[in-house]
Amino acid sequence: MMRMTRREALRAGLLGTGSLVLSGLGARAAATARAKSVIQIWMWGGPSHLDTFDPKPDAGYDYCGPLAKPVATNAHGVEIGELLPLLARQADKYSLIRSLTHGINAHETATYAVQTGRQAGERLVYPGVGAVVSFFKGYRAGYRGLIPPYIALTQPQGRFSESGFLGASYAPFATGGDPAQGRFAVEGIVLPGVTDQRQRSRRELLHKLDTLRQALPEEENLKALDETERQAYELILGDGADVFNLSKENDDLRNRYGRNTFGQSCLAARRLVERAVPYITINFQGWDTHRQNFQTMRRLLPDLDKGLAALLADLSERGLLASTIVWAGGEFGRTPKVMWEEPWNGGRNHHGQVFSALVAGGGFNGGQVVGASDAHGEEVRDRPVSTADLIGSIYELLGIDTDSRLPNPLGMDAPVIASARDGVHTNGKLREIMA
Amino acid sequence: MRTLLMAAGLSAAATDRSPVAPFEQPGPPVARGRIDELVFAKLTSLGIQPANPCSDAVFLRRAYLDVIGTLPTAEEASQFLADRDPNRRGVLIERLLVRDDFADYWALKWGDLLRVKSEFPINLWPNAVQAYARWIRTAVRDNKPYDQFARELLTASGSNFRVGPVNFYRAVESPAQTAAPGAAPGKDPRSIAVAAALTFMGVRFDKWPQERQDGMSAFFSQVGYKGTSEWKEEIVFFDSQKPAPAVAVFPDGRRAKIGPGEDPRRVFAAWLTAAGNPWFARAIVNRVWSWFLGRGIIHEPDDIRPDNPPANPELLAHLEGELVRSGYDLKHIYRLILNSQTYQLSSIPRSALRQAAANFAYMPLRRLDAEVLIDAIDQVTGATEQYASAVPEPYTFLPETQRSIALSDGSINSAFLDLFGRPGRDTGLESERNNRVTAEQRLHLLNSTHIQQKIQQSAKLRALVQGGTRPRDAADRLYLTILSRYPTEDELKTAGEYIQRAGSNKWPAAVDLVWSLMNSAEFLYRH
Repeated sequence: MMRMTRREALRAGLLGTGSLVLSGLGARAAATARAKSVIQIWMWGGPSHLDTFDPKPDAGYDYCGPLAKPVATNAHGVEIGELLPLLARQADKYSLIRSLTHGINAHETATYAVQTGRQAGERLVYPGVGAVVSFFKGYRAGYRGLIPPYIALTQPQGRFSESGFLGASYAPFATGGDPAQGRFAVEGIVLPGVTDQRQRSRRELLHKLDTLRQALPEEENLKALDETERQAYELILGDGADVFNLSKENDDLRNRYGRNTFGQSCLAARRLVERAVPYITINFQGWDTHRQNFQTMRRLLPDLDKGLAALLADLSERGLLASTIVWAGGEFGRTPKVMWEEPWNGGRNHHGQVFSALVAGGGFNGGQVVGASDAHGEEVRDRPVSTADLIGSIYELLGIDTDSRLPNPLGMDAPVIASARDGVHTNGKLREIMA
Repeated sequence: MRTLLMAAGLSAAATDRSPVAPFEQPGPPVARGRIDELVFAKLTSLGIQPANPCSDAVFLRRAYLDVIGTLPTAEEASQFLADRDPNRRGVLIERLLVRDDFADYWALKWGDLLRVKSEFPINLWPNAVQAYARWIRTAVRDNKPYDQFARELLTASGSNFRVGPVNFYRAVESPAQTAAPGAAPGKDPRSIAVAAALTFMGVRFDKWPQERQDGMSAFFSQVGYKGTSEWKEEIVFFDSQKPAPAVAVFPDGRRAKIGPGEDPRRVFAAWLTAAGNPWFARAIVNRVWSWFLGRGIIHEPDDIRPDNPPANPELLAHLEGELVRSGYDLKHIYRLILNSQTYQLSSIPRSALRQAAANFAYMPLRRLDAEVLIDAIDQVTGATEQYASAVPEPYTFLPETQRSIALSDGSINSAFLDLFGRPGRDTGLESERNNRVTAEQRLHLLNSTHIQQKIQQSAKLRALVQGGTRPRDAADRLYLTILSRYPTEDELKTAGEYIQRAGSNKWPAAVDLVWSLMNSAEFLYRH
């Protein structure tokens, strides 16, 4: 059990005073690590579980609406929503969790529950999975380079503090821009309206006009400044930012992912995994379907289907799936009984009693289902899974010691993963699908 | 030994004192007062050549940034540079010392030391932060005698919302409690003693032997804290219900005599501010010296200990004496330092000896503080920042005209300030402010949309560039605005050629010119 005193937390640079080598946290845990990176597809707003990963064709029209014919997958006995045919053919790669539950129906607190595995309202604001992984697997663990270890494609979450008490240095780097555009204008790397030629000529101008620099050629600070300039330009003009240049991929592959923001984000995520970025979040918006759920499903699910299926296949073909966790899901599910009346016109509300997620790779088995919801998808029937169970499983596969503590400014006991002590009911990690 | 290459091609040992334009005046520097005598004597004894005196333009920018954390405007710059009064530098110093920005900037420095911050781990809470910050700023503005300042901080009692200085006793680290989550950590005497030692004595308490620590902690063993029915209000008071300390020993080893019912804090404060106390005056003049010269006479200024001797003991003693003689008038010390030749040396070293820096042979380069930097960028471009705090209560929304150096609450932050090393105000250590340049910072300044948009959309700069009758007018005004000086002939030529090469639309080329100047070492650093 690791407890960090405030002094150690300070020296660890969590409170802004510098950096420290990570002191052998859970060496045993690290030795059994399977995964090196996580791609999290955050389905912002809470996707309907009946229409995606937990179909209930026997529940009748009031529950299924027009999406009543789920497709069989290539995993024996497993069906998923009819608008996900491509994913259905990749079921050997992923497993479905159908019994996630936290009982929270508000966006912010439910998001907090899913991303941290904890209940909101405690004294500390805990960091989400991405920030924790960035802490354990980022610069302190030897990660190098100007491309940060925790990346959000393309916007940050907004109503949720990703890094909690770990502070701004563990917040995700949001790329901005749109990977489906001709040029993916990643913030800080591609400056809209400034061509490469202009970048070069203004850099030359800077050198010519840097009169103080020229007067102090041996000054230590300025030599360090030169080095920072060199590193920065590696990204701006050099190969450093190639990872974001999707035109380096052939067109066929880009089409396979789907020429839309989500699909191309999946492709960007694969490239980031190849560059050993530990945590990538694709913030996929639009799932809060209070109104006209089915029209939105028809619009969004094909993009999800194409992009995620292509991602899984591509990772697998390149031998990356074994070391990359892919996790898709949102903050809760949606009410199984459809609201046909005005103003919802076939909408679904928030539903935190039971919802689904998809996990693949990095030590998670494929082709399996964990847990089940009842006949209508309203309550958990078998094997309730708390969000702490899911997150704990991910940490274990990454080699993060789930018995360790997070350093925090109050010097309080902040375990990496929640337990009964914290008022969170857990049911154990997802051993049934962990290799 | 490094060889020193000079722009003018001189060798290190030469007596040739040709000034490096536009940064220097002809040398050698001449002592103007006791500070200079003491500094130069030490340099001579070590065989170290001091730098040349700095030029007016360098002095102008340096004084503005050091005294008020603000760039001069183009008008202020051109006025100063045109002034032929032989005492123009002294006059400028006096004017800067009474500006509003002076109070803002020095309140910021004291806010760092006193850890003025709403939340975590220091929990002052916003209302108390405002009371504390206002008290500090008023004390700075009115040049409250430093001994009085310290005494008030150490002996105040009352509500954190209404009596600003009591927050000194609330802005301390506390050991984590292992009690149930949700229990408020207490402020124990030792934590308070740590803060008092660091702030007023420049000492790192935990390096002391345990006995001495206990002796000093005892003075803070009767500090009481109680809540009221007002949310987050806390009264700090002398709690005579707590047992009086059996033994309280001053850090110099003398036992304290504390009368019955006497607040031991007062006894400590009296000892601290008494004439002849070897820590009090010494620590502050050393700190002030480091704030202006980039390095303490004892360095680090918050690590005073017997095995860390002053580089120049006579200099330190002289400043100490001046402070005491003046009735603890801090501005008197500022004046002495700012008007000295030592402060007005250029940044171009004339000695390659290792000890040159430690003996103040030249002005070291220091990156602009985060708040000062963003204010400078905003001043140049006419842009603003938006600050807010979600720490309750009250939630705070600051107006767009809010300057970053006037941000009193350490909990109010921004991605930029965080990136550029604004301290978390958790420790009160000078080193908590991290002014080292990183590649992430460089990338942000060179290529972020945040900065590019400020330049691109600047109506102020557009007007600057487009007005004026002669081509060189625009360049002059840009240089005055951004670097607070006129361009050299070479620079004019380079800039002029760059703009000429642009087609009919000169604005992008002007943007590039502004960008180059703002990304130059000269802009980024105090020099």
